[in-house]
This record gives sequence, structure tokens and C-alpha cells, in this order.
Amino acid sequence: MSAIAIRGVRKNYGKTEVIHGVDIDIADGEFIVIVGPSGCGKSTLLRMVAGLETITEGTIEIGGRVVNRLEPGERDIAMVFQNYALYPHMSVFDNMAYGLKIAGLSKTDIRARVGKTAAMLQLEPFLDRKPRQLSGGQRQRVAMGRALVRDPAAFLLDEPLSNLDAKLRVQMRLEIKQLQQSVGTTALYVTHDQVEAMTLADRLVVMHDGVAEQIDTPMAVYARPATTFVAGFIGSPAMNMLPVEAAGNLGLTLANGRTVKPRDIRLPEKGRKAILGVRPEHIAPVSGANADLELDVVAVETLGADTLAHGRLAGAADGSGELVARLPGSTQVQPGDLLPLAIEPGMAHLFDAETGARLAELDLPAKAARAVKPLAEALNA
Amino acid sequence: MQTKRTIFGNRVLPYALLLPQLAITCVFFLWPAGQAFRQSFLREDAFGFKTEFVWFENYGKLFVDPQYHNSLWVTVVFSIGVAVLSLVTALVLALAVERTLRTARAYTTLLVWPYAVAPAVAGILWWFLFNPTIGILPYALDMVGYDWNHRNSRVDAMILVIVAASWKQISYNFLFFVAGLAAIPHSLVEAAAIDGAGPLKRFFTIIFPMLSPTTFFLLVVNIVYAMFDTFAVIHATTEGGPAQSTNILVYKVFEDGFIGLNLGSSAAQSVVLMVIVVALTVIQFRWIERRVQY
Amino acid sequence: MVENRPLLNLLSHLVLIVGVVIVAFPVYVAVIASTRGPTDFMSGLIPLLPGPHTLENYRRIVFSGVSTSGAPPIGMMMVNSLVMALAIAIGKIAISITSAFAIVYFRFPFRQLAFWMIFITLMLPVEVRIVPTFKVVADLGMLNSYAGLSIPLIASATATFLFRQFFLTVPDELTEAARVDGAGPMKFFRDILLPLSRTNIAALFVILFIYGWNQYLWPLLVTTDTGYYTIVMGIKRMAEVADAIPQWNVVMATVVLAMLPPVVVVVLMQRLFVKGLVESEK
Repeated sequence: MSAIAIRGVRKNYGKTEVIHGVDIDIADGEFIVIVGPSGCGKSTLLRMVAGLETITEGTIEIGGRVVNRLEPGERDIAMVFQNYALYPHMSVFDNMAYGLKIAGLSKTDIRARVGKTAAMLQLEPFLDRKPRQLSGGQRQRVAMGRALVRDPAAFLLDEPLSNLDAKLRVQMRLEIKQLQQSVGTTALYVTHDQVEAMTLADRLVVMHDGVAEQIDTPMAVYARPATTFVAGFIGSPAMNMLPVEAAGNLGLTLANGRTVKPRDIRLPEKGRKAILGVRPEHIAPVSGANADLELDVVAVETLGADTLAHGRLAGAADGSGELVARLPGSTQVQPGDLLPLAIEPGMAHLFDAETGARLAELDLPAKAARAVKPLAEALNA
Repeated sequence: MQTKRTIFGNRVLPYALLLPQLAITCVFFLWPAGQAFRQSFLREDAFGFKTEFVWFENYGKLFVDPQYHNSLWVTVVFSIGVAVLSLVTALVLALAVERTLRTARAYTTLLVWPYAVAPAVAGILWWFLFNPTIGILPYALDMVGYDWNHRNSRVDAMILVIVAASWKQISYNFLFFVAGLAAIPHSLVEAAAIDGAGPLKRFFTIIFPMLSPTTFFLLVVNIVYAMFDTFAVIHATTEGGPAQSTNILVYKVFEDGFIGLNLGSSAAQSVVLMVIVVALTVIQFRWIERRVQY
Repeated sequence: MVENRPLLNLLSHLVLIVGVVIVAFPVYVAVIASTRGPTDFMSGLIPLLPGPHTLENYRRIVFSGVSTSGAPPIGMMMVNSLVMALAIAIGKIAISITSAFAIVYFRFPFRQLAFWMIFITLMLPVEVRIVPTFKVVADLGMLNSYAGLSIPLIASATATFLFRQFFLTVPDELTEAARVDGAGPMKFFRDILLPLSRTNIAALFVILFIYGWNQYLWPLLVTTDTGYYTIVMGIKRMAEVADAIPQWNVVMATVVLAMLPPVVVVVLMQRLFVKGLVESEK
């Protein structure tokens, strides 16, 4: 039993509250990724689970046991740090064995467990080396090994890949996922990188300003972002956000005075102000008559498989109505073009203009399934 | 004050860890200093039978005492003499070492070891060299017509202690000047050279101004050294003589208090010295703060 | 070096050679004097070439002492100096590293006060509080003892600050990793912090050993029993007598022995010595 329950957790530094009451239930063996911009409180939350920060309010349970008052060493967790935090004066073997020694294991047990973990991570040739004699990727592996060898109730990983170069990061990302699946240990992983978050997580926690804005599977977060923040944070390029006003049967009135009527979604009552969100990959070029929107192209980025057309909603005032469309790579488009575009059915999102919360009552039930293909495309970008 | 992001939660342990240091500090530093302070307001006969609270009488007496004035003056001359002699010599040597490349390490080794020589030993070494009857330096001076005798001549005695004290301090200053020179960006000196500045001009317009923080720091350190650490040099050689000519403040405290048993005056002198150390320490730390902001 | 000026390079070497000679000359003369017989100093000039009495002089002072000066054998004084220097160096390092650990890794009431109390010791050298400190040591019955020679000198603000400075550069994550591994404060201190401080400890040891060995005023104050004389203070007693009946050869042999251990330490551990010297001033 090594589920983790975070209940109503708050954190104050003096008078400022940085975590405003977070609830997360993590099932045994689940891989949870906490993602958010820097300063959102994700690391603080992880460190509270680890016992490195005190919990101002609320409780944290690991394996059914409230750990609020336990030392980190007593919580049966292992942690991987951003800079690895390997003990520089100890060999790889001693780095991995240190926790076991403190736990009082016998020398033979220690040797057996370190040996097994080292084999799993292909670290055997390096056991006698000091951390400074290892490459970045090897150090990362030792840090993983130090966590694995303890066979803890949970792994806590604090941006473990951000010190690696791009290529190694992709490789280690896969390795971490496979390792976690093979040992089946609950993992709590913090990152600011949405690709890492999407690829690794069983479930995502998107944090913003000390609040967990959405907790769901990566696909659900992508397909039905709960707030404008989540919508803008997950997905690249970010979702287009257009302020609209409901115009009854005509659809939604855009800032340029035109109306648009997205399909496969309910419309808010007339006069209600809202924000219309459309991902760049969900607007396609069409012939002029069928267009929902017109894009006044300002800049074009050709990425090979795709072409990104950046610009403004035609007719919108300067500085408003920014719009990006992801077009097939073969599309011919130039700055100055006026591009007629249509929103794919069911791919429009509506958020409250004031709170930014998703107007979920307007969603039609069928939508989630359709998001699968575009999601895969978005991640490959 | 800085601590770590993660700290340990024990309540008693930090006190236990600090206990030895604080106990020694209290028993052998703060308590005696307090005693010196108290004593400086008391008059006590040499046998300790009678003690009387006399307010600032000890200080009053001290400040009109011509012997104390003499001691102050001697300390000033001595400190400036030691600071200037050892700093200039060390700077010249450091500049020379900077020009040599392969041999720099060997020269450094040959120049730094006097740091390890005790001030008392340094005093004895020069005392021997300057010995009026058999010393080699008086012999050499005699050839140019100078009759050296530090037993009678106030000037000779002062020169002896200044030379002995400076000799030991050169290595310390040398190391800091070498470090200071190494910290000057090479590009700056090269730019000046391209602008046509010769070595001498470069020294006065670039190198010396860039070294000024180091020089100032060393000046303070050398004054502290000359005022306090040279007790042994004086005690091992001239013992403050002849005729009080090398009786620096720390030596006088010792002589008046420990030998002369004039406790009130000695305590007042101690307090004056503490004020001087505090002032010098504050100056030194101001300098460090400024350097950190660089 | 910016440009090649052969004349200036030559001048540099010349200056350095003169410097080295000036620095070494007093010691050279002392070494020479220690190899001569007593009659060589009766008149005229200090000899500048070695004589044949080296072994005889050194054997005499190390084992039997100079009878006329009432001083004990130098061998014993050297042992006293060694004990004092080691006790001071090790003592200072031990109490300073634990103090710095407490100040950096814990938060507790009066932390600031403790820091300032240690800081104040910088401003109270022995020289300014001779008489009352002597009284304290006398009242505690520590005169003429190794404890009296060393313990009052082992408080050290400089060493504490050096360790504090170093601890502040140790990454927080190492502490956190150790805590997650289940290490308490003392385990962390012993297994992680101490090994990481090795170089600093060694550098500081070099400086403090020299400091301890070279103490003069303090042993002068607290020892009256010749059995506790240290060599650096013992020289003075011998030289005083030597002034009346010049026994320069044995005085200089003593001088050579008094400076040998610290000088050897500096020369052999030059790198550590420079590090210790420069960093303890930060």
C-alpha cells in the first residue's frame, strides 16, 4: 500500500500563502506529474511530501499513514534532485548504499541490492567511480539508482531531467517511464516542461499560483482544459483566445464585429461574455464561403511537417485578436495574405470571461474521443 | 543572517555544538575583558588589600602621563615603519615575480617561509645580526662611518625592531599582492600596452589603482600586526628600551600590569587598546563588505 | 607579461634574487653560528662559514640543555611546543567546525547572539587583557599545565567564519538527499560535511599549527615551571644569559630548531598554506 493522499494542504512563508489548499489523491503505482510555470508552488508541494518543508495546514498521507510530523528519512520515500545531489566524495556504490547503511542493512544485503539496481541501470562498470568522473547522463542514472535501491513507497522527482541536453532528455524520459512501470512504485514528478508532463504522466496536475487548476489524464487536460490558464499552458503553440459575446442563434460575436458559430458545442445564453479558445491545430484553411475566421497573416514559420501562420483576426483592432494557425507543411502562405479558416467541429472551447473557468455545461459528451489524433500530432511537434 | 534552505529541527543539539566555543569565549575572553573594564575604574594597592572606585582617574592619569604619550608616539612610528617597509618590499617582489614565468613558483617558495618563523625568533635573529660587538651589520655600517649601537641609540633600537618585525611580515604581504596582481584582468594591461603605455606608466595608471583595495586591506592588517603581534619581537630584543624608545602600547600594558603591578593603569591601557582593535576591525570589515559588492 | 623586455626581465630576476638573499640571510647566519664552537664569538665578527661543531652543539642542547641558563633540554621544550601547537590547532578546528555547523544548519533562539559573541573574540587578543586572563587561568589552577597552555587560546572567530563560509557554499540538495536517506544531523555532519571540508581543515591546520607553535606571550605568562617551557619562549631565557656569557652557538642552534618545524610545514604544504592564509581573511 503506497497511495499518497494530499488533503487541503497549505503553505505559508511568514504572512504570504504560497499554496492555497491542494487536494490530490494518488493511487498505488500511479505516475503523477505536477506541471506549471516557475513559482507556481509545484516544487514546494513536492518538498512538503518529502518532508523538506513544513506543512502549514492540511495533511499528507503516504501508504495510509499521516506523515506531517515525520522526518524525510522516516517517510519511506526516495527523491531525485534537479542537480542530482550525489555525495561528491563517495563512489557510485557508496552513494547508492548510504541510505541502506543508515537503515541498518547487512553488508551482504547492501551489496546484493546495489548490485541488482546497478545492473538494471547499466551502472556496474562505474560503481567505483566518483560522481565527478561521470557524464551528465550517468550521474542522472546514479541519482535514479539511489532512489530505486531503497525500494521506497514512492519516488519524488524534482525536475530530474532539466540539467541534461535535449537528446539525452528524450532518452532518459523513456527510461524513467519504463523503470517506473517495471517496479510499479508510485511516482510524483515535478516539471515545467509540458512535453515531459504529457509523455510521462498517468495523470497530470497543472498548478498555477499555488492552486491545482486541473487534475486529469494528459489527454483529458488537452481536450478539456479546465481553465484558460491550463488551456494556454498545455499545447504548443498555445491555444488561441478570442473574447466573444453570445449572439443567440447567430453564434458568437468576435472583436471585429463578425459572428462565428462553432459546431458540436452548445452556445451560451445571449449577451453573455466569454472567451473562445481554439487550438492552432484545430483551425483549417477553407474556401472563403465556409470560413469562420479570417487570419491576417503577419509572419510564417515553416517547420517542415507543419507551417505556422501567425497573425491577427482580420478587422480586429491593433494589439488584439492575435491568432496562430497550424497548417499542413505544403500550404503556400505569405505575410500579407488573408487566410479564410474554419474551426473543426467540436474543437472550440468556451471559458468564462471573468473567472477563466471552462463553461463545461456547454460541452457535448462526444468530444473527448476526437482529441486523440490531434494530441499525438501536437506532441510530435 | 544566512542559514540553509533546509535546516535540522533539533532543539538542544545546536547549543551543545556551540557550548565549547562559547564557554571558552566567556571564560577566557569576555570575563577577563569585563574585568579589565571594571579594573580600569578602580584603584588597588599592589597587594590587593584595598580597592577603591575612582571613576576615570586611571584614564585621567594615563592621558597626562608623558610616558604614555611617548608609548603612543613610539607605536605610531613603529607601526607605520613596519607597514611601509614590509608593504613596499613585498610589492616590489610581487611585481618582479609577476614578470617571471617558469621560475615564479620557486621564487614564491623561497620568499614565503619566513611567515612560519615566530616573531620572537625573528627578533633574536636580527638582534644577533645587529649585535654591536660581533654583528655583521654594525661591522658593515662601521665601514661607512656609522657607529651602530641599539643599546644606547633610540633610533638604532627602533630600526632594529622595525626591520625584525617587517622581515617576518614580507611573506604575508607578498602572497596577497601576488593574488591581487593575478586578479587584475589581463586585457586591461594589454589594452594599455597597445595604447602605448610603458611598464612604469602602466603600473601607476592601472596596476596600482587596481591593487588599492588589496593595499588598503594589507595596511590595516599590518597595523594590527605591528600593534599586537609584535609583542614578542620587542620582548625578545630591546624590552622597550633604551629609555622607553621601543616601548609600544602592548608592551607597556604587560610591563605596567604584569611586572609593575600597576593594575588600574594597566587595565585602563587595556581598554584603550580594545577600542583601537574594535576600530581597526570595523574598518577591516567595512572593506570586506565593499569587496563583496564588487 | 605583456611584452618582452629582456632588460626588465633581468631586473626582475635581480630584484628577486636580492629579495631571497635578504630573506634568507639572517637564517643562514644562524645556521652557520650553530655549527661553530663557543670561542668563535668572543670577538671580531660573526663567522660566515660553517664550523665543525654541528653535532656536538645540537646534541648538547637537545638532550642536556644549557646548564648555565637553567633551561631544560631543548628536546623537552620541543615536545611541549608540539603538544601545544597540536592541541591549539586541533582544538580550534574542532570547536570552530561544530560552532559553524550549529550556526549554519540550525535555527534557534539566541543564534545571532552566539554569532556575535564569537565575533567579539576577534577584537580581544591576549595582548589587551593580559592581567585578568592570567588571573582566570591562575584561579582555575591551570598554570603550568598543557591545558593552561592551549585551552584559553582555542576559541577562534576566524576559523568559525571560514567554516561558515564554506558550509554556505555546500549545496542544500546534499543536505536534503542525506535527510531523505535517513541521516540525522550528526550523521550528516560526520558522513557528508566533514569529508567535504577536508581541504579546508588541512589548510586551516597548517595556519593554526604555526600559530600555536609560535605563541610567545601566553606561555610566558602561564608557565613558571621549566618543565612546561616551550621552545619559542625558552630561547629568550637562553639569549638573556648568552648576552652576558656569549654562547651564541647554542642559542642559534636553538633558534634553528625553533623555526624548523613550522618552516618545514609551510614549505611542504605550500599550496594548503596559501589557501588557508588567503581564505581565512575572507
